[in-house]
Amino acid sequence: MNTATWRSRVLGLAAGFIVLTAIPGILAAQQPAVNPSPPEQPPIPPSAQPGAGPGSQPMVSPPAPSAQTPAIPAPGQAAQAPTPPPSWQQGRPEGELAAKLAPVPALPIATAVDKLPATKLKLPKNFNIEIYAAGLTNARSLRVDDKGNVFVSTRVIDKLYAITEKNGKKEVKTLATGLNSPNGITLHNGTLYIAEINKISKIDNIADQLDNPPKPTVFYDDLPSDAPHGWKVLTVGPDNKLYFNVGAPCNICMPSDRHAQIRRINLDGSGAEVVARGIRQIVGMDWHPTLKQLYFTENQRDWLSEDSPHDKLNRLTQPGKDHFGFPYCAGGDMPDPQFGWGHTCDEFTKPVAQLGPHTAPLGMRFYTGKMFPAEYRNAIFIARHGSWNKSKKIGGDVVVAKLNPDGTVKSIEPFITGFIVDNNYIGRPVDMEWLKDGSMLLSDDYNGAVYRITYGPQRVSMGR
Amino acid sequence: MARNASAWAARAGLVTTVVLIGLLPVRGADLSEKLAPCLSCHGVEGQSQIEDVPSLGAQQPSYSLIQLVMFREKIRVADPMNEAAKDLTDGDLQSIAAALAALPAPKPPDDPVDQTRLERARAVTEQNHCDVCHRPDFSGQQTVPRLADQREDYLLKTLREYKGGTRRAYEPIMLEVLQPIGDAQLVEFAYYLSHMR
Repeated sequence: MNTATWRSRVLGLAAGFIVLTAIPGILAAQQPAVNPSPPEQPPIPPSAQPGAGPGSQPMVSPPAPSAQTPAIPAPGQAAQAPTPPPSWQQGRPEGELAAKLAPVPALPIATAVDKLPATKLKLPKNFNIEIYAAGLTNARSLRVDDKGNVFVSTRVIDKLYAITEKNGKKEVKTLATGLNSPNGITLHNGTLYIAEINKISKIDNIADQLDNPPKPTVFYDDLPSDAPHGWKVLTVGPDNKLYFNVGAPCNICMPSDRHAQIRRINLDGSGAEVVARGIRQIVGMDWHPTLKQLYFTENQRDWLSEDSPHDKLNRLTQPGKDHFGFPYCAGGDMPDPQFGWGHTCDEFTKPVAQLGPHTAPLGMRFYTGKMFPAEYRNAIFIARHGSWNKSKKIGGDVVVAKLNPDGTVKSIEPFITGFIVDNNYIGRPVDMEWLKDGSMLLSDDYNGAVYRITYGPQRVSMGR
Repeated sequence: MARNASAWAARAGLVTTVVLIGLLPVRGADLSEKLAPCLSCHGVEGQSQIEDVPSLGAQQPSYSLIQLVMFREKIRVADPMNEAAKDLTDGDLQSIAAALAALPAPKPPDDPVDQTRLERARAVTEQNHCDVCHRPDFSGQQTVPRLADQREDYLLKTLREYKGGTRRAYEPIMLEVLQPIGDAQLVEFAYYLSHMR
């Protein structure tokens, strides 16, 4: 395929959203590691990016115009290509390294506090990281109430925790057990809402009942019980309704009309509505502080290739109308090889950013605090849990997306890196939450820990 | 304590385990007491002789640890295992998982095999990427279990439980990948995996 053809195809697909191009291995990069896609120029290869040193992880999309050009054969080439493999074999990895790919679940035992990797993580200048709490096996979603109690969910086990502080001493309490993958939690007017795979429940006045919490009261259960992608994220919108996802119960399939969507319900479980469709799985959601629009991370399918499709950052602008492409279009720019026939990606709502192939962006939260410098105000912090369906792991970091006034993405930069060492995880970031002083809490489900990130003069006891 | 340990080892004939025990965080005699009930059903040489009870020799220790924790927490329900694991500490479970991994891998049954049937099933496991996570020799890796030469009845029972949604998965990958696969094929998978040479 000639360059002009390639360029026009790729730019046509990429126009309108930001491409995350390179994450430097070390945080030399105060410069943006990302290029907005200019309408008339090809994407810049990572080697030409500021801050993309030899240690950088290429995260190019669309791929640099090289041997890795997109799999759209030019006329003439197709005739010479060997017969394509049957559909089941597409994306099947060949070779010894690729053949070892497998999901990387955390062990169900938390890492001891003196073995946590906090000191190995890298942050921008004047940011500090310390261990906030350890021993919270599979720590996932984080929420803080106005008294400073921290609520922590789990996904592969059945528990909810609270971290409380009394006379300067922190204590981890188990609030509930026997829950069905209770990943989604949120707080509203003193009530803790809990989303399991197949039901949503609540505990009123949770702060007053931490020592002897009642069993959660279920108030909504019109949900599929599929475990794959059945875990949820829960948030309350500006309309005082609960928003949550129902994922597609598969890697790739035609979902039923009860799956692959965002629903909202009233706080008593009534009035369920589908507000967005075509979503494979959401693992983080938050509301733009001024535009009041819902942003969310979406993880894309496995087994297509090492470098595609990209996971996405989406924005809901037309509740009830937006369709984000699943299963027809992956990554915002790639017709699915199985379900994409007869469709183009232009039919669907585009992502506001691509977040790298297989990087598994999970929690995402807008920063409205005052501790971090002004450049972070109203930016989105995104925890990329890290890849498994890729022979050289990528992600395993927290990035920050800075936005334009209209809510489009201006840049994406690394914020916390270092969770991948020698192609293995030493931790995996999941979700962020803000303490009253504007500092960040970050959960790590691989180690069962919560870290605190502050801005200011370096502390002597950093990380310990 | 030491005498108890050697007496038990003599009964069980498990020299390798005893050597290993010295290296583990839980003290030898203590572990041997905790391991004995496991091996009484799952087989002292890593090979179960009891219907529907899995062989655990050479099992991936991370996989065994996950299952043991799920049994202890009653996230995975199987009454004898929930009972057996309920009072064990994290350290006990880690030591037991390591000791099981050090037992010999199970052996395939002696009966003659249907090579055509094996070959056909092998091709289908490749089509479904089974051999990627479980490895081409089905020895497993990290949290992905060894399946090679597992008991055929246990393999089929487990595949049907995943397929039917009655076995809670730690990470629901198996529920997902078995969705398009019919029961007749599960029978063939179990035959193939239990007869690997």
